Order: sequence, then C-alpha cells, then structure tokens
Amino acid sequence: MSATAVAPRPHGLRRRRLTVLLALLAAVAVAVVLSVTIGSKSVPLADAWHALTAPTGTENDIVIRSLRLPRTALGILAGLALGVAGALMQGHTRNPLADPGLLGVTQGAAFAMVSSIILLGASSLLTSIWYGLAGALVASVAVFALGMAGGRGGPTPVTLALAGTAVSALLYALTSTIVLLDEQAMDVFRFWQAGSIASRGADVAWQVLPFVLAGLVLAVANAPGLNALSLGEDVARGLGQNVSRTRAVGVAAVTLLSGAAVAACGSLAFVGLIVPHLARPLSGTDHRWLLPFSGLIGAALLLVADVVGRVVAPPGELEVGVVLALLGAPFFVALVRRRKPVRL
Amino acid sequence: MRLQAAGVKLGYGDRLIVDGLDLGIEASTVTTIIGPNGCGKSTLLRALGRLLKPQGGEVLLDGKRIDRIPTREVAKVLGVLPQAPSAPEGLTVADLVARGRHPHQTWYRQWSSDDEGAVAAALDMTGLSDLAERPLEELSGGQRQRAWISMALAQGTDLLLLDEPTTFLDLAHQVEVLELVRHLHEAAGRTVVMVLHDLNLAARYADRLVAMRAGRVVASGTPHEVLTEGLLREVFELDAKVIADPVAGTPLVVPIGPLPRD
Repeated sequence: MSATAVAPRPHGLRRRRLTVLLALLAAVAVAVVLSVTIGSKSVPLADAWHALTAPTGTENDIVIRSLRLPRTALGILAGLALGVAGALMQGHTRNPLADPGLLGVTQGAAFAMVSSIILLGASSLLTSIWYGLAGALVASVAVFALGMAGGRGGPTPVTLALAGTAVSALLYALTSTIVLLDEQAMDVFRFWQAGSIASRGADVAWQVLPFVLAGLVLAVANAPGLNALSLGEDVARGLGQNVSRTRAVGVAAVTLLSGAAVAACGSLAFVGLIVPHLARPLSGTDHRWLLPFSGLIGAALLLVADVVGRVVAPPGELEVGVVLALLGAPFFVALVRRRKPVRL
Repeated sequence: MRLQAAGVKLGYGDRLIVDGLDLGIEASTVTTIIGPNGCGKSTLLRALGRLLKPQGGEVLLDGKRIDRIPTREVAKVLGVLPQAPSAPEGLTVADLVARGRHPHQTWYRQWSSDDEGAVAAALDMTGLSDLAERPLEELSGGQRQRAWISMALAQGTDLLLLDEPTTFLDLAHQVEVLELVRHLHEAAGRTVVMVLHDLNLAARYADRLVAMRAGRVVASGTPHEVLTEGLLREVFELDAKVIADPVAGTPLVVPIGPLPRD
C-alpha cells in the first residue's frame, strides 16, 4: 500500500547484513590471532602482544615480527583478493563454477616466472614475483583482446572463457617445456605451484598491496553495475548501464586481484571458486554485500587453512594450497550434492 | 511524437532484418506491433529501446537522437522489458523491483526515500506488495511477469517498451498482464509500445496496431483499420474471418486455414 508496507525490508535486512559483516570481521580477527600464535613454535598470546607492541629482540619477538606477521599479512591480502575476484568472476560470467583462473592469470604468472629464471637469471621466488605479476596482467589483457575479436560490443562471458582456456593451455605447454629443460626453473616453479604464503617476507606483502587495493576499489565501483548485469545484458542496458564498460572494469579488477594473489602465493584460485558459495547464503544476490563478505571469508579461510597446514604434519608443514585442496574439494563436493549450485 | 524511427536499418552482423523503416509513436497511446515470426518486430522494439544500434537511419526520443543522449538519462524516461528475462536464483520480488531504481542511484547515494516510495508504489500497482519478500522462482508465471513489469515501473519512466510480455502465460494470466498495461495507460497516461502474438488480445488492448512483414510496416492505424481479412492474408498468409468481438466490439480473428499455396 503505502511506503510503510515495505519500509521494514531494507532496514531489517540491512541490520542482519551488518551483523554478518561484524561476525565475519571477528572471524578474520580470530584467524589472525591463530596465525600469529600457532606454528612449529607456539607463542603464548601475551608474548605475541609483547612482540607487536614493544619488541625487545627475544626469540619469540623475532619469530612473530619477521615470520608470522608477514605471512599473516600476505594471507589476508591474498584471501581478500581471491574471494572478491571469485565473486566478481562468477557474477560476470553468471556461472557458479567460474574461478579467477578463467582469465589466464595463473598460467600467465607461471610462464612469466619460469621464463624470467632462464632468460634473465632471476634466481629466487622473491624477484620473480614481479615477473609473475606482469605475466598475469599480460595474459589477462591477451585473453580480453582475444575474447573481443570477432564480436561487436565487447567480449561476452563465453568468448572470454574460450579465450582464457586457449591462452592458459598454450602458456601451460610452454611452462612445462621450460621446467623440463631447466632444473633451477623447476625448483622455483614447484614451490610456487603448490601455493603457499610461507617464507615470503614482508616485502612481498608490500609489493602486492597496491595492486590488491586498486583491485578492491574497482570491485566496489563495479558492484552496482554487476547487480544490473545479473538481470541480463538487455535489462542492464535498459536500466542505463554501459555493459561493455562494466565488463571491462570487472575484468580489470579480477586481473589485479587474482594476478597479485597468484603471483605472490602460487595457484590458490580454488579459494575464488568456493568462497562465493559460502558468502552467497549470507549476502543474497546483492553484489554490494556479496563482494565484501566473499573477501572476508576468503581471508579467514586462507589463514585458518594455513594454520592447519602448520600443525598437521610436524615437524614439517603442509603448503596452504595443498590443505585448501584437501579440505576444499570434499567440502565443495558436499556443497554441490546437498543443493545444486544456484543459478546466477 | 514521443519515439520515432526514421529510415532505420537493423540487423545482426551482415544479416539485415529491417531495411529502412519509418514509425512514429504518439504520446499516451498503447501501440502493439504484430506480425509473423521473424518479421523483425522484436528487433524493431530493441532498436526503439536503444538495445540495438541501427546500422543506418536514426531513432529519436522526444525529437533527439537517442544514441546522443547519455544512456542513464534515457533510462529515466524510457523503460524496456526484453523477452523472457531471467533473474539470479534467490532474488526476491522486492529486490528485483528495487533494481529498477538503478538509473536514479549513484555510488554515493545508493538508496533514498524517493527510491523507497517508487518501489512501494510499483509493488502496489502490480498487486505484489504481499509477495514482496518471496523469491522470484516461487511465483507463478503471471506473478513473475508482473514482478518484471513492476521493476520497469519502479524505474519511473512514462514510456514503456514491452517485448512479448505475455509469452509462456496461460490465457487468464495474459489477460491479467494486459489489464495491468491498460491500467498503467489509463491511470497515468503512460505511453506503451509492445509486441504481442495474440491478435485478438492485441486488438482489444491497443489504441494502435502496427502490422509488420519481412522487416516492413505493412499497415498501421486503429485495430479496426488494420485487422482486416485482406491484411491477414497479406501479412500472415492466413485465410480468416474477422467479426466483431462480442465483448469489446474490437475485431476478432476467426481462422479458417492457411492460404492455399500455388
């Protein structure tokens, strides 16, 4: 009838979503505490606090400040980036099984890293991260350009997926050739490929930070347009949305976010696939909420999986990429079996 | 003239479907485009709603070239509902209708009391206030179609283009949707252009009919002027009797059979 008939809707829903947002922030905070304190050397909470606020150079201080903190920071960044990128990717393709790797970033980063080792003599994982990032960006641009070729008015989700698959396959073949021929490249590659946030150092987190921030800004700007686009291209155009521009911004955001995460941590694209499925029941179909929820769940999930990897196989550690695959795959199967993936 | 097509050439890729067509839509009328499958009715409607860019000629909205007006400004005047639109699963009626406010929202002002009022009014007008919290997939076909129309209404435009709003609906639901269209026209003076397949319903609910065949306008005018036995033969290759609708007095098509081919 009057405006009051639906007035409770946005307000009640808004309060519930804000509550979820706070709960997710708390979950990330708990994950951070776990990540800082638990490991091959357990650090009591009081010592951890001591190391953060007034370090005096004790053994625990050094463990926390030079190992645990950078590792945790990178976990947050990569989890945020991959969660948001996954939700963007599934929204743009209207495909619940899409992941950020669809744009060729993973194979682009892999190829650039191994070629930098044999061509330029980049010897460590740290120096090759810049190359990996560049490779991810170039591969994604190539996929976008290929997806656009032949069609009018920008690439469609289908042409993007086809181009992404083709470019990825080509780059994978080249990468395999290189690592088979060069032992040093193989060595760097296999550690990178497993997917890990360990032994990266603080400089890596600082390296990827600007890219993740830029990607998050674009993602926020993309959310309302993506809401319109989820009703179909014609409806979105009818609502005054510039569809090609929305797609381009979305692809740029996915590229920056997943490119940065993958270059720094290896292939963890699986996070981008499952996290939106965890976030959607909490957020509904509104991307203005789905994107932040996905980011926070991604960060918490990545940190917790990393902590699990530190304790399951003492005295060694399991790479977080392996833990995620081992835990995530059965979980995803259960999710798919329990109720079919939603139609987007 | 609210909306005008002047010598438009329309097609997809190299295939031209409409080659030089002129059409004018008067303010505050319900115009229905009829014609056999593949004659270019939907293509024409998409061009009128700037969803399809003409390869030649121009579309004018209130006398101005529609492609020179920012698309968001067009969206404040002109609403388009494409054929058989699909929504993501779990989207509620209220959320769908709220998305009709998209052209009025900016990144810093996502939801205002104007939006609130427009959504409530649109739900009320389509009789969906009680179903506002229901997910779209739980609704009947007729209710779902009303929800989409409600979204277009929340957009707040006085010009509406509807592409086959009655597809996949049974007769009762078709009538329900068309009564809503008539109400929008009569209560608020909205200008409506729609594509319909059912000739008898088209005749009953339109002020003006436009009959198309093979990308050309064959006839346009009041239902009485357009729906003649001669036109049915020419446009639909259908042998039929046209009698007066015993309820509304509008032309009623009673098919006899396809024209014998020679």
